[in-house]
Amino acid sequence: MIGPPQVLAALSERLPAASSFASRVDGVFAGLLIASTVMIVTLTALTLTFLVRYRRQASVNRAPVRIATWKIETAWTVGTTVVFLMFFFQGAAIYIDMRQVPAAADAGAINVVGRQWMWDIRYPNGRREFNTMHVCVNRPVRLLLSSEDVIHSFFVPAFRLKQDLVPGKVVNAWFEPTLTGTYTLFCAQYCGTAHSAMLGQIIVLSPADYAAWLAGDRRETTDGSPGDAGRRLFLQYGCNVCHSPEAAVHAPSLAGLYGRSVQLGDGTFVRADDQYLHDAILHSPQRVVAGYAPVMPSFGGVISEPDVLGLIAYLKTLPGAAEVPAPATPP
Amino acid sequence: MPPKPDQSPSYLAAGTTVRSWLCTLDHKRIAVLYLFTVTGFFLIGATAAVLMRWELLTPAGDLVTSDTYNRLFTLHGVVMVWFFLIPVVPNVLGNFVLPLAIGARDVAFPRLNLASWYIFVAGGLLALYAIIIGGVDTGWTFYTPYSSTYSNSQVMVMATGIFVAGFGSIATGLNFIVTVHTLRAPGLTWFRLPLFVWSLYATSLIMVLATPVLALTLVLIMLERGFGVGIFDPRLGGDPLLFQHLFWFYSHPAVYIMILPGMGVVSELFACFARKRIFGYKVMAVSILSIAGLGFLVWGHHMFVSSESLYAGLVFSLLSFLVSVPSAIKVFNWIATLHRGSITFGTPLLYALGFIALFTIGGLTGVCLATLAVDVHLHDTYFVIAHFHYIMVGGMVMAYLGGIHYWWPKISGRLYPERLARAAAVIIFLGFNLTFFPQFILGYLGMPRRYHIYPPEFQTLNVISTCGAAVLGVGYLLPLIYLTWSFFFGARAGPNPWNATGLEWQTPSPAPANNFGAIPVVTGPPYDYPPP
Repeated sequence: MIGPPQVLAALSERLPAASSFASRVDGVFAGLLIASTVMIVTLTALTLTFLVRYRRQASVNRAPVRIATWKIETAWTVGTTVVFLMFFFQGAAIYIDMRQVPAAADAGAINVVGRQWMWDIRYPNGRREFNTMHVCVNRPVRLLLSSEDVIHSFFVPAFRLKQDLVPGKVVNAWFEPTLTGTYTLFCAQYCGTAHSAMLGQIIVLSPADYAAWLAGDRRETTDGSPGDAGRRLFLQYGCNVCHSPEAAVHAPSLAGLYGRSVQLGDGTFVRADDQYLHDAILHSPQRVVAGYAPVMPSFGGVISEPDVLGLIAYLKTLPGAAEVPAPATPP
Repeated sequence: MPPKPDQSPSYLAAGTTVRSWLCTLDHKRIAVLYLFTVTGFFLIGATAAVLMRWELLTPAGDLVTSDTYNRLFTLHGVVMVWFFLIPVVPNVLGNFVLPLAIGARDVAFPRLNLASWYIFVAGGLLALYAIIIGGVDTGWTFYTPYSSTYSNSQVMVMATGIFVAGFGSIATGLNFIVTVHTLRAPGLTWFRLPLFVWSLYATSLIMVLATPVLALTLVLIMLERGFGVGIFDPRLGGDPLLFQHLFWFYSHPAVYIMILPGMGVVSELFACFARKRIFGYKVMAVSILSIAGLGFLVWGHHMFVSSESLYAGLVFSLLSFLVSVPSAIKVFNWIATLHRGSITFGTPLLYALGFIALFTIGGLTGVCLATLAVDVHLHDTYFVIAHFHYIMVGGMVMAYLGGIHYWWPKISGRLYPERLARAAAVIIFLGFNLTFFPQFILGYLGMPRRYHIYPPEFQTLNVISTCGAAVLGVGYLLPLIYLTWSFFFGARAGPNPWNATGLEWQTPSPAPANNFGAIPVVTGPPYDYPPP
């Protein structure tokens, strides 16, 4: 028979317990699952027994029960309350730990800024990534969460961690990863058109790998050509989230764009030259191609000038085929 | 002594013109108007659900665009919550049964009752207009500042529609409260009231007290969106969480508007089909009221990860556990009612049993969500979707269908085809579980709600869920078809086909226009079934 332990085992194969909270949360959930199963099995058995035993055709004793009703009512009211309170305390104990950032995590918080529809991640040393966060295993990580537009929610199922990013507030959160690997980061609070594409990844590295990552600089790992560096930037800033054939968001294809004539939303035509591409990236709302919604965030103040030039260099390399070749993932 | 059968024509025969329906002051005819209206809205909401489930067959967004998908789930939520679930039992079954069940000739304010329907329809038409001119993409929860500033959709029109419909709710609630206070038949004391009447009374209290808060909240959204008055958007000096507090202060009690009447209905069904007084009748009545009361104090459990304070989280979690105690007690009492009963397996009982099973699962998963640390993981995932569909659809819709079958003879004067009806009840139960049970697992695995595109590892469970939705759809169409058929061709029912005790069964079927020839006098407790 499949019971709660088997169900949980199957679940844990699909969903690793990769933070210090994960197995504690799973433990409480397992308790709830067992209590619920016991409750459902008992109630179902009782109901079926009564249904069969007291069906109209059966000749059984139907005389009213002698025991006082209030005693039964009191018994199951008190019983239910006690069991429920047990679970309340278990859940509350973990929640208190979740909400209180330990002193060990205080050294250097990672800033996470949510923006329609990307994760902007800034490390204490000034380093910055989009939609990807590198952390070291078994070291508590403190997050400072904020949003530039609407409410988002930082949700990493493998860590059993979720915290809303509320515009106008800086919210504390923390976690301690316990397993190396790559885990999906979801936006859990509905935030508009591409909510379901607002994904990221948390890469948990071993101390050695983490040190290597800290030491490495992304520019050193390219082959040196501006186009190749731009390709990495294209991925790093999450441009591919929208500007790829598989994307959820209706965004114009960039294939063969450079040098072409483009019609804008107001009906005018412009040539997609360096200046246009530069402005389209940094001040996108004023440069939207006809037929597309102005959903692209402005990267003004986000992408540095050298990086913009790198991106344009990459766009120049794209062939004029119908599709943009999906950029290869960097090693 | 049962009163003499009434000689006045049935309410259906009282007039056949469109005018006789649209200008009627008869609570039973108004109930029928509501029946048609909410069924229409149900079909609209269900169509959106079908499109969503179809889209979710594959991980990619290949049927509709993300913008369309976001409009579909908003449409589904708004229509199902405000234009189906909230009015369905109070305004259809409640309107029809309440005056009959307390031995009255009508509700206290018949004109207000008709006005409520017109207000409701006006709100509904505005909502439909908002859908037709482009739809709304905020989700039914209208979270700010997305809804008040960022959304490029018809938020103003939709909010106006819901705002208007809310006044229909308030008027109905007021009407029912006054009716129960002033129009009970001689001898019908409070603790002789059927539990369905108790549940309508409690629901009405919530409608009157909570709906104004929703109206206020919607007005604030419109002020910010239309006139730039800073209330919720921090860039205008507002607070986004204020909206959530206001919204859930209404919407959590509204959850009880959507389930308490269902609890009332199944209480009637259990008593009738077990031929026994409801076990712990007074406890049941008190627990209905305490759920209604405590329901006002738990709104913050929707906000455990919103950055509300730690202490708020602790208090709201504790109160949420407490509100689930009376719900659990109700389940125990229904099952205990079966003990030493004399049970027949009519379709209404099948729905009542389905209600208990699904409501229990919904309730227990609700306890999981009240548990703070577990909610942090499960919040805004498919676990929550599955949980509230078990309560709203598994609970309320099952209760509504059970109630419609139970009172159908009184509404139509006809019997429905019993075997087909039982089959439909079983199909709906199976289809429902197939649709929503996989969503509990999806949620625990981390699939967030309102996702148009999802990672491929979630596909198998989504495919199962979509298959279940197809079964469920067939299940829902069956009663629509055979009840329509039976309205014209079903066997005549007679005044009391179930041999039930309620006052509504002491008058002919379909009920006469004036309900009773002579107002009945009540001399005994409710559910006074003779010993078998």
